[in-house]
Amino acid sequence: MANRAWGAPQLSGPELLPHERVSDRAARGQSALLIPEKSSRWADGAFHAAMWACAGAILLVVALIVYELMSNGELAWHAFGWKFFVRRDWDPVNNQFGALPFIYGTIVSSLLALIISVPLAIGVAVFITEMSPIWLRGALAFTTELLAAIPSVIYGLWAIFVLVPLLRQYLEPLMGRYLSWTGLFAGTPYGIGMLAAGVILAIMIIPIISAIAREVMTAVPQQQREGVLALGATRWEMIRMGVLRNARAGIVGGIILGLGRALGETMAVTMVIGNRAEITKSLFAPGYTMASVIANEFSEATGDLYLSSLVEIGLALFLVTIVVNVLAQFLVWTVTRGTPRRTNV
Amino acid sequence: MGVAIEVEHLNAWFGSTQALKDISMHIAANHATAIIGPSGCGKSTYVRCLNRMHETVPGARAEGRVRIGDLNIYNGTSATQVRRRVGMVFQKPNPFPTYSIYDNVAAGLKLNGFRDRRRLDEIVERSLRQAALWDEVRDDLRKKSGSSLSGGQQQRLCIARALAVQPQVLLMDEPASALDPISTGKIEELIFQLKENYTIVIVTHNMQQASRVAEFTGFFLLGELIEFDRTEKIFTNPADKRTEDYITGRFG
Repeated sequence: MANRAWGAPQLSGPELLPHERVSDRAARGQSALLIPEKSSRWADGAFHAAMWACAGAILLVVALIVYELMSNGELAWHAFGWKFFVRRDWDPVNNQFGALPFIYGTIVSSLLALIISVPLAIGVAVFITEMSPIWLRGALAFTTELLAAIPSVIYGLWAIFVLVPLLRQYLEPLMGRYLSWTGLFAGTPYGIGMLAAGVILAIMIIPIISAIAREVMTAVPQQQREGVLALGATRWEMIRMGVLRNARAGIVGGIILGLGRALGETMAVTMVIGNRAEITKSLFAPGYTMASVIANEFSEATGDLYLSSLVEIGLALFLVTIVVNVLAQFLVWTVTRGTPRRTNV
Repeated sequence: MGVAIEVEHLNAWFGSTQALKDISMHIAANHATAIIGPSGCGKSTYVRCLNRMHETVPGARAEGRVRIGDLNIYNGTSATQVRRRVGMVFQKPNPFPTYSIYDNVAAGLKLNGFRDRRRLDEIVERSLRQAALWDEVRDDLRKKSGSSLSGGQQQRLCIARALAVQPQVLLMDEPASALDPISTGKIEELIFQLKENYTIVIVTHNMQQASRVAEFTGFFLLGELIEFDRTEKIFTNPADKRTEDYITGRFG
């Protein structure tokens, strides 16, 4: 840009001579720039537009999904209105449809998964970053992440052949004996049911949560740990004050990602949850989730209203996911409010 | 009041590399002692041995006798107990970013189970006054986080945090090397006042700083204590040729 203002006439002449300095060229009225000036405006503009297109595509895809779900679910919307989301009956024979048992099943199985997996995942991350001997660290991190690569149908099969019999024969009778007063662990121990779905989901989301927790904990500066230790803190106090507290926003982010996975997981859940559209307090009883019912019944949905109702369940799943994410973001905001996340540390 | 430190035959290693070789040194109570030397000479390792921070690095270990007051820190006591008596300020200010200014200062006391709110308020105020930070933060004690302060203020906050637990010794590992000249001046002034109540050991790259703040100076080279004497003596008439070479800028 700058040398254009000089208005230097472009003289044709010999190129830069040996031992000639750039300023000598300027003195002869030639461009002072060794690299010829070229306009970067076009490339810059194209890059700008391309990035806008990438970002815009995300919004467009989401908008299209919502549009498709709403237009294909119109029939069910006309038949049941917003009450579709709170109706409890699911009776394809009599054309009565309601989403509540599925919404309930999805939320309960996912929360159960979080309750089981969050302490375990954070424990794994704390061990790997703060306590593990160095030779074990890499192997442990690798193995944890390997769990994330196993297809969900394999988890489902393992659950059917190993987890469900274990629950039916040992764990559920034991829980029933001591915890039946809560109402959550009552009734016949089938093995298959909400509890099995929660446990298998928990195992599936542990690698996600612990991998992210490990990353953010590793990113906490060493000076923070030393600062706490130098005050006479024990190792646990150092982990609590110096590491977990600094990493909390990132850890919650990892939990949200794990929750997202749990809400949408289909295959493994449908193999062990029992697939019955009922709302039961006991976790031993079978249930159903939104993702499972869509996968199981879409191919055999005969009537138009039946099909439309399934699409509207898809919309419900979409909405639940959004609401849960917004709630989680709100939670992060209330926890970290007033204390800016790590700045210049 | 500060107490004297007696170091005898202290050796320290990182893995199989020996970082400190047979250091013996008596550090006077209620005075500032500067540790100088070129990069990698072991001066940071040395002060980190005085509160057993050295051993927190994987593979690092230390041996020898270090007495701080009546406490033999490498024999028959825990590292946490040592660190409660020996405060430390690091090269890079490291306030806790998720804690308010108040909670930063109170952190050490709360760790040790201190719950009396009124006493806590008093100690926080006293520590911030001792660190010459009170007037600048008194209105934002609970509103602002520790990391919202400027670099120099952060370092003084870290000093207040170390002082709040009432240590007998204050170790400072190049406390002003990341700060501008004005903040550095404030920290040096502070060291002068703190000497009344604490024994101070300060590691510094800056020889002018050593001569300004410290009564005694030790010169380290390649893990050995080459010379330890009164500061004027070290800077005007060093006994060892290597000390003279270093302070006249011939190396390091």
